[in-house]
Amino acid sequence: MDWFANGLPREGRHADHPRAGDMVRRDVPTCRLHDTVHDIAARMRATRWDLCAVLNEEQVLLGLLHPDALRGEVSTPAEHVMQSAPTTIRPHLTLDELGTRLKKRDHLAVTTADGRFLGVVLRSDVERKMIEREHFVKN
Amino acid sequence: MTIEVDRADVQALTADGAQLVDVLSEQQYEEEHIPSAINIPLGLLDRLAARLRRDDGVIVYCYDYQ
Repeated sequence: MDWFANGLPREGRHADHPRAGDMVRRDVPTCRLHDTVHDIAARMRATRWDLCAVLNEEQVLLGLLHPDALRGEVSTPAEHVMQSAPTTIRPHLTLDELGTRLKKRDHLAVTTADGRFLGVVLRSDVERKMIEREHFVKN
Repeated sequence: MTIEVDRADVQALTADGAQLVDVLSEQQYEEEHIPSAINIPLGLLDRLAARLRRDDGVIVYCYDYQ
């Protein structure tokens, strides 16, 4: 039933260990396959994100759009320029697992086991949490 | 009778009094479990099942991460 993977409440000794689900940025702009580059660029500018998640009607993640992809013809639909089938992670990943996965990336999309988009985890957030944890352990 | 339930069912059934049973090891249970779940490791389930309140339903779960 993937309870934890959906970020639902948990109890126990490790329940307060930060996981991807606790660090998800949920305000990432989203769009549909048929939305145009023009509209998506405007949405991204308004939200100050340099990323847009392409979702279907069930909120399943189909692709990601970065600013480079939006430089073409303004009427181009998202599906023609998106990065299809991006790497995703589940919300239960631990801080150390996130650190490893984000070594060579700035962000990763977080989805439930059935592919529904939850948001994005940023490397900067993970690094900050790691520093906080180190500080906590030392003191 | 045994049926498979999803997380929405679990929330609804436990709100109605169903008992939630984590069948992972004691150590895994102590590290993390669903709120209100009790722990009966799988190897002990046959022996201890008689203690469960069957009238309200019993939900058994194991490893969650997919």
